[in-house]
Amino acid sequence: MEPRPGRVQAANDKDLEQALYEKRLKIYPREVHGLFAKLRLSGVASLMGIFYFTPWLWWDGRQAVLFDLPGRKFYIFGLTFWPQDLIYLSALLILAALSLFFFTALAGRLWCGYACPQTAWTEVFLWIERKIEGNRMRQMKLDKAPWTARKFAIKGAKHTAWVLLSLWTGYTFVGYFTPIRELDQGILALNIGPWETFWVLFYGFATYGNAGWLREQVCIYMCPYARFQSAMFDKDTLIISYDPARGDPRGSRKRSADPKKLGLGDCIDCTLCVQVCPTGIDIRNGLQYQCIGCAACIDACDDVMERIGYDPGLIRYTTENALEGQPIHIIRPRMLVYAGILVVLLVSTLVSIAVRVPAKLDVIRDRNALYRETDEGLIENVYTLRILNKDNQTHVYGVTIKEQPDMELLLDKPEITIESGAVGDLSARLRVDPVDLKSRSTEVEFHLNSKDGEISISESARFVGPLGG
Amino acid sequence: MADFVSDFWHWFIVIPTVIGILALFPLIFANRGSKVSGDQVDTTGHVWDDDLEEYNNPLPGWWLNLFIITLVFGIVYLILYPGLGRFEGILGWTSTGQYDKQVEAAEKIYGPIYEKYAAIDIKTLAKDPEALRTGERLFANYCTVCHGSDARGARGYPNLRDQDWLYGGEPDQIKASIMNGRIGVMPAWEAVLGAEGILDVSGYVVSLSGRDHEPGAVARGKVHFDTICAACHQADGTGNHALGAPNLTDRIWLYGGSGKSIIESIKQGRTGNMPAHKEFLGEDRIHLLAAYIYSLSQDFENE
Repeated sequence: MEPRPGRVQAANDKDLEQALYEKRLKIYPREVHGLFAKLRLSGVASLMGIFYFTPWLWWDGRQAVLFDLPGRKFYIFGLTFWPQDLIYLSALLILAALSLFFFTALAGRLWCGYACPQTAWTEVFLWIERKIEGNRMRQMKLDKAPWTARKFAIKGAKHTAWVLLSLWTGYTFVGYFTPIRELDQGILALNIGPWETFWVLFYGFATYGNAGWLREQVCIYMCPYARFQSAMFDKDTLIISYDPARGDPRGSRKRSADPKKLGLGDCIDCTLCVQVCPTGIDIRNGLQYQCIGCAACIDACDDVMERIGYDPGLIRYTTENALEGQPIHIIRPRMLVYAGILVVLLVSTLVSIAVRVPAKLDVIRDRNALYRETDEGLIENVYTLRILNKDNQTHVYGVTIKEQPDMELLLDKPEITIESGAVGDLSARLRVDPVDLKSRSTEVEFHLNSKDGEISISESARFVGPLGG
Repeated sequence: MADFVSDFWHWFIVIPTVIGILALFPLIFANRGSKVSGDQVDTTGHVWDDDLEEYNNPLPGWWLNLFIITLVFGIVYLILYPGLGRFEGILGWTSTGQYDKQVEAAEKIYGPIYEKYAAIDIKTLAKDPEALRTGERLFANYCTVCHGSDARGARGYPNLRDQDWLYGGEPDQIKASIMNGRIGVMPAWEAVLGAEGILDVSGYVVSLSGRDHEPGAVARGKVHFDTICAACHQADGTGNHALGAPNLTDRIWLYGGSGKSIIESIKQGRTGNMPAHKEFLGEDRIHLLAAYIYSLSQDFENE
């Protein structure tokens, strides 16, 4: 192998000065067509379609999907999530992690190649680049050419297109947090708030930088997934692999010739698999951490194999065990365990959301003094009942306490009307004769009921008082 | 940093920081490459434990650029903002200054609202539901810690919903209580009256509100009462708003109405302290608060 660029012969014959940093070499992935390219295209198109389209959906007079941070409410179609529902975010993250383990153990970096936003946006930006600058050869030639008016025009057009798409992306992203139709009207009047402006530009810049300039640098140097993927694979994971037993020794040969007679394998060393690779590796060296599992090399090789009449699959999805001659073994204990936990967690999360009661009662006992003595000598505890109406409609609520002998409930208002999404306070007192108190701290239970009978929840609290008369 | 007596800590911070940042420049530039002998191409050249080596996969140039950008940013930041010991930074930023600006901005927004309310008299304001809602929130923030969330008080903290006022329940009197505070002092009479005398006086006091009492004590107690207690509580025991002396003829007792509590009040005295809120809240907010408190003791629905 040749010494890499950056190696210089030092004054001393024996020592070389080598660079620990090197200029990044731009990768020009060659255009590729095939089954996996089609799969990836549909994946990218649907996911990005969902991303750009969703903020424009309307539901019940408001944006269907809206993360209202100042209002502390997340709206997802008919569901409203309050801060108390943060546990569902935890559940979502755990589900995401378990899915990651499951899919990675199944077939490697399915996320990276087919779903990751970095891949998706880079693909789109590469497509724009190809449309404006031309195919791979043309791009390389243009980059080497001197700066003429023509080069300025072409590069200018490309970057303009990139910037417009980036701004649209940033704008859409902000539209999940500030209602996008408001943003819309704001933009026409050039009157959007300072923070909205900042985030549109921030995410726009991030999109432009990551998809236009950094591209595979994110996957190779910044993303942790690449580094711990090997901990999630086992010998039965489907990985993209070149079959050395079939392909080696490599070499070109006449189309009509019989490779076996020439002592050659199926690989004709056309290097197309290297040219289409977006991260610039040679898959024939084996699976490397830079491989994002996009299967472009499979498509490229299958295409060539078809043209010269050989069987496809010289580079294919296979397992390490299969390459050593054992059968492909997908359903194994690890997959069953992951799948099992996933299903259980998913079902319980969905059920939990479905049976949510759209109201919350917080019982806040006064703590300025342990208890209060009335003028008649009775013991009183004061409570603030904070009622959250999480439903889509206004409700009228009443409060009672669970059967508690000798204890009297006094309410400043017999019932309270609270609008949808609002919070109301009700002042309540519990009163008892100290001779009837059995303990210095008694558990009591408040019941919240809506007058229409739909809502019924309870919350326990404490009553504190001295013993005896 | 101005709290320290000597300059030592200032220089303890400045010197290592400046030297450190300046030293990082040559360190980074010097380590852009390394020497390896001819047959060790592809490794970094360093050998650990006799045979442990590391492949050299050169990092892309933008890493180096990021390091340099970080250092330059650090230098610019430390010039503009405080960080190097006592140096205050060219921009003169302080966290108290930032807080003051935020308070100023808030006053611009909320000040006019309270000004508007302050111009209306309390009796009218006490009937305005929206003003009362704001007053209720002010109460919840500042007053419930002593007077309870329902304003009915606790031992030593008056019930604000009843008609029994220590210093008067007219709007101006309520406002004065909140603005300037009140200190209600009941002197301790143990030394003057002795144990017997206190029992007698408390018997008489209890009789004033029509409760059961020991007749002999009442007669003896009245003598002491007329001499000593009437000066503040008036001869008929109805109290004095100017002094904050409670009305002893009703069944409302600030420190407890049991015999034991009354004896304790006379024997050891009491000191009630309502803090002054003038500096803390300002007159406009107190005006609204007074209107809310006034509304609590009024029964508007039955007027």
